[in-house]
Amino acid sequence: MRHVYGWLLLTPAAILLVAFTHYPAVATLAESFFSTGTAVRPSRFVGLGNYAALLGDPIFTQVLLNNFWFALGTIPTSIALAMLMAAWVNGALPGRALVRLAYFTPTVLPMIAVANLWLYFYTPQIGLLDKVTALFGAGSHNWLGNPDTVMGCLVAMTIWKEAGFFMIFYLAALQALPPELGEAARIEGASRWYFFRRVTFPLLMPTTLFVLVNATINSFKLVDHLFILTKGGPDNASNLLLYYIYQTAFSFFDTSYAATLTVVLLALLGAFALVQFQLIERRVHYR
Amino acid sequence: MKRLIGIALAALVVAATPALALTELTFYYPIAVGGPLTKVVDNLVAGFEKEHPDVRVHAIYAGNYDDARIKALAALKAGQPAQMSVLFSIDLYELLEQDAIVAFDDIGADKTWLQSFYPALMANGTYKGKVYGIPFQRSTIVMYWNKDAFKEAGLDPEKAPATWDEMAKMAAKLVKKDAGGNLARWGVMVPSTGYAYWMFQAFARENGQDLMNRDGNQTNFANPEVISALQYWRDLGAKYKVMPEGTVEWGTLRQNFTEGKTAIMWHTTGNLTAVKESAKFPFGVAMLPASKQRGSPTGGGNWYIFKKSTPAERKAALAFIQWITSPERTAEWSIATGYVATRADAYETPKLKEYVTGFPQAAVARDQLKFATPELSTFQTGRVRKALDDAIQAALTGGKAPAEALKAAQQEAERLLKPYR
Repeated sequence: MRHVYGWLLLTPAAILLVAFTHYPAVATLAESFFSTGTAVRPSRFVGLGNYAALLGDPIFTQVLLNNFWFALGTIPTSIALAMLMAAWVNGALPGRALVRLAYFTPTVLPMIAVANLWLYFYTPQIGLLDKVTALFGAGSHNWLGNPDTVMGCLVAMTIWKEAGFFMIFYLAALQALPPELGEAARIEGASRWYFFRRVTFPLLMPTTLFVLVNATINSFKLVDHLFILTKGGPDNASNLLLYYIYQTAFSFFDTSYAATLTVVLLALLGAFALVQFQLIERRVHYR
Repeated sequence: MKRLIGIALAALVVAATPALALTELTFYYPIAVGGPLTKVVDNLVAGFEKEHPDVRVHAIYAGNYDDARIKALAALKAGQPAQMSVLFSIDLYELLEQDAIVAFDDIGADKTWLQSFYPALMANGTYKGKVYGIPFQRSTIVMYWNKDAFKEAGLDPEKAPATWDEMAKMAAKLVKKDAGGNLARWGVMVPSTGYAYWMFQAFARENGQDLMNRDGNQTNFANPEVISALQYWRDLGAKYKVMPEGTVEWGTLRQNFTEGKTAIMWHTTGNLTAVKESAKFPFGVAMLPASKQRGSPTGGGNWYIFKKSTPAERKAALAFIQWITSPERTAEWSIATGYVATRADAYETPKLKEYVTGFPQAAVARDQLKFATPELSTFQTGRVRKALDDAIQAALTGGKAPAEALKAAQQEAERLLKPYR
């Protein structure tokens, strides 16, 4: 009887999970083996045809590479910055609440609003960035219109948006550290850097793992800004995998190919999570 | 007994009502320009319902063109009734492939009515001789110029460049540097994000070449005229140095112009009202300059009637579309939005005549229609468009030579369109 009771309690959550998570994932996988159907040409089974097309698609290769650079640009910097900011606002500091709030504000803003804001930072001549550099005598620069600088612009904006969010986790972790450790280190005469390297940093590892997983997922998930800033251009220089999926599904109406790309995205994220948990878990000290 | 008769009578009345009953129509529409346009649409619908008490119309605002198409197609698939919609004029082939729309010729539309619109605006709605889309919110690209900047550069402020050569030469005079040698004002800007293919159609048409055939299954991206058109666009930045190198953002270009950071811009007529309100200097609007001829693509939204509808609904939908595209309504719509009035007789209505006299810039888009070409639209239109967009941006940013970029785009388009021939 208790068995039935337990299952009954689980049912609502299970229905939601199956209907909105597991079924769509399986359906996506299934669809990736079919061609996109229209009223005129019905869908048919193509086996691995969509995956073969993937390999011959230069834009796919490029968005993967872009995503790699985007992740590499945003993740380490925003984590380091978050740790630094957390260490700073953890200490005794006049107006500490205000500083914490200031760091956290970008997180509260919707990505679309942030992108609109930064669009005007980056706009040549009338943008904030160009106005500031003009004070130092530099000429105007077409930040988003140049394939060499566009990705850097997106990375800078994303770090600004994300670091404050990760700071909150580090702040919580820092406050949970027992103060005796610091006192003991002071008695032993350990330098601040030594203390951070050998005590604080290792103890923050569980948080770092959590933040790392989140940052990795975010680097694939955050594409809202592309709609406003670049639409993936110029010439795909700022296109990311998820945005390409959106283009394929809703601009090209090629739902099967979009499903194939989605399967790749899911597989990638799954693999990352697995590697991160497997490798880093060994170096993580849980208490 | 009396009560029974009463009930029977009441039942009869109830049963008889459907005879004069309502035909219910639902349509989706997008808005792609600024302003409180939902109110304008609601007022139009209310006006129609007053004249046609037997039809009830539900107008549903559906976001931008992409959203509207996705919502309308999703509603059709889900079996929710929408009998007509305003959708992107270039969605035609997609809607045909989904077998979603009917031709106006097939549901009893009058030939003379179909011929009352500007032919340039009908091209995007016509397939194999039949009309599937009736022009509604339509635009073209025009050239805006800053008269103060022209004066400052020693140019005649009332005369816009009429040819490509003239534009390059005048723009060179319009470029202004500050004391430190940094650029303070560009000569000309043509946007190249978002709708690069649309702007490029103007260059190609002016150079004497259309980008696709009328059946939507053949493109001419690698044609020599097309390549030299892209070369000219690239040269504005790379050779003449009158436009920023790289891509120019569509969304912020209007501010660049109204802040005086560029003396000339190419943009949609849909921006006319916004520029009029924010420019602090006198500005002119002109047709785009010519190379071999004038030219601009049309853009915007058409009325479509969906296949999933009863004969009565189609009749009512046709009546509604005929009503809302009548000369009077067209004039009202054009004044409220800045869109081109879709038929010549609308410009003969007192309202629009008076408006154009006071604000002659409003008539430029109309005059340009005789040189207009339909907006790029083919089967597989999303992919074909992206191939071209990428090629244009690759050339403008210097990543590839125009010929190389366009040949790659043509190859991709060939691959995509072959099955449709």
